Amino acid sequence: MKRLLAPASAFPALASMAGITLFCVLFLHAESQEAVMGLTVGAVVALFLLARFGWNARAAASFAGNSGAGQASVLVGVLIVAAAFYDQHFPLLMLTTVLLYIVVCLGLNLQFGYAGVVNFAGAAFFGIGCYTAAVLTEHTALPHLLVVLAGGVMAAAIGSLLILPVLRTYGHYAALVTIAFGILFRVFIEVNDALGGPQGMKLPGMEIFGWKLNEGYAFGDSELSFYANYLLLALVMAAVAFMLVRRLERSWIGLALDAVRLDETACAAFGIDVARWKITAFTLGNFLIGLAGSVYAMMTGFVAPNAFTFGDSLILVSIVILGGIGNPWGLTVAAAIVLMLPEKLQFIQEYRLLLYSGLVILILLFRPGGLMPRQVRNYLPGWKP
Amino acid sequence: MSGTLLACDGLSMRFGGLVALNQLSLSVNQGEILGLIGPNGSGKTTFFNVITGIYQASEGRVDYRGHDLAKMSAQEIYRAGVTRTFQRSRLCLPLSIFDNLMIGNHRRLDHGLWFNLIRRDAFRRQFDEQYAEALALVRTFSKPLAERLFEAAGNVNMIDRRRIEICRALISQPTLLLLDEPSAGMTHEETRELMDDILIVREHMPGLSVIIIEHEMNVIERITERCIVLNFGQKICEGPYAAVAADPQVQEAYLGTE
Repeated sequence: MKRLLAPASAFPALASMAGITLFCVLFLHAESQEAVMGLTVGAVVALFLLARFGWNARAAASFAGNSGAGQASVLVGVLIVAAAFYDQHFPLLMLTTVLLYIVVCLGLNLQFGYAGVVNFAGAAFFGIGCYTAAVLTEHTALPHLLVVLAGGVMAAAIGSLLILPVLRTYGHYAALVTIAFGILFRVFIEVNDALGGPQGMKLPGMEIFGWKLNEGYAFGDSELSFYANYLLLALVMAAVAFMLVRRLERSWIGLALDAVRLDETACAAFGIDVARWKITAFTLGNFLIGLAGSVYAMMTGFVAPNAFTFGDSLILVSIVILGGIGNPWGLTVAAAIVLMLPEKLQFIQEYRLLLYSGLVILILLFRPGGLMPRQVRNYLPGWKP
Repeated sequence: MSGTLLACDGLSMRFGGLVALNQLSLSVNQGEILGLIGPNGSGKTTFFNVITGIYQASEGRVDYRGHDLAKMSAQEIYRAGVTRTFQRSRLCLPLSIFDNLMIGNHRRLDHGLWFNLIRRDAFRRQFDEQYAEALALVRTFSKPLAERLFEAAGNVNMIDRRRIEICRALISQPTLLLLDEPSAGMTHEETRELMDDILIVREHMPGLSVIIIEHEMNVIERITERCIVLNFGQKICEGPYAAVAADPQVQEAYLGTE
């Protein structure tokens, strides 16, 4: 009986996380282009070698068998990397952005990874969250926690306008509907003077129950960057969103969403309400995207229509595909790679869309499951038949 | 058990000018296995699609335990206890075998957000119950298959896929099971095994009525109590297999006239 076997050792998982944490610190610390390039190539080679010796599979099994310790080690890893750059704005801003993008991609993953509702307007829903925060902070004195919530609700509500056309169309046509919406959103913002037009809007820093997130803390000669506040907030958001999406997947709802994606006729024959589950996934996904958007806007203190182009939506979709459609861990890793690599390797910056599209095509051709392909559903963590 | 479970009266299905079902009237008794045969295009699968609500009947009614299935949606019909398999296997291949079974069990699972996300202890209890039930059901078909419930359905061979599909239709404990050509794509030996399975299931569920569409006449001969022959959407003959096979009209429908 498998049940009687000793549980997988936690060592490979913890050792892998320690390695990844160390790598992230070195990578963010590297200044010269040569050093960054060397680290990147070194990481790829190391991953191939480790895979050769079966280490990756062992680490994966170890993570699966010790999900509590594994998840805690990821949180600790993020905090260690953040602590290593406690007084520098740029690395902390980048880390926080990655965490918020993870929330966005978790939302997209719900939509097209599970329910099969394609959404090429991710950046637009993110933008709705940003602009909701901008408008509410400018015109009302609403507590900022509620502003964040309102960002999510607004994205979900505006998304519901799209539900009818999305439900009535399939495949490419549904994709076109969302593409059109994304472009419409940007044009609408650009010509709307109340929303700042092309110049955009300014936002105040966030404040939760007297905790001013835009203030750093001085101790001794150095100062803790104020981005550390946002990093903590984003880390909590990403962890909660991750847990919710994970639980949703490991439930009868996750199963219903998968069934809707895979075979609508069979669904109908077994009483699964296709429209209900598509709406649920689309709305919940947009809520998460809007939530992340409103925090992002208050962190950067500024929103402009240029940040919500179709290209940005494509990057979001490519993160989910690269990571492994339907796998929340995959998109976490992919978000880190896709966002951090071009920031450190300047020459990529200009060609990044080209690079991503090439990468997505290669992945779809040679490894359709993504970097970390999704496994069959395991309803209860650690459960074995 | 006896008495009529399902009775169609004047059921028609037209696709534009094409008449797929033409004033069809037939009945199914409780607990019987009814064979539905007829040449290609005679309306057998259309009949299944109409009584499971995938197509909306052009006219006529289908009485089933006090409901008119012709006026109900596919979901309502499933909830009322009518389930089916498909002619071309419609399993979700990337999902596990257990997942596929649970798709068929949809009406007995709790789909509330709160239940699934927050009350994980209650979810765990429901999961354990359903797992035990699925395991027991699959074991009546195949013990080795029951060991593989958490493998992707795409990993198993054709006969096991059929077994999964039949289990998926049975797990919600229906009163009427519709089997659409279960032998399609299988060898004679596999077909024989599958029919044994169906007869065993019937012993376990004595109230279950089955309608089976089949082209393998020895299957029909072996497991059905009564047959109905369709041609051009009309019933041309009805009775035990031996009588039906000897009927000149049936021979003409299958072999054509001189």
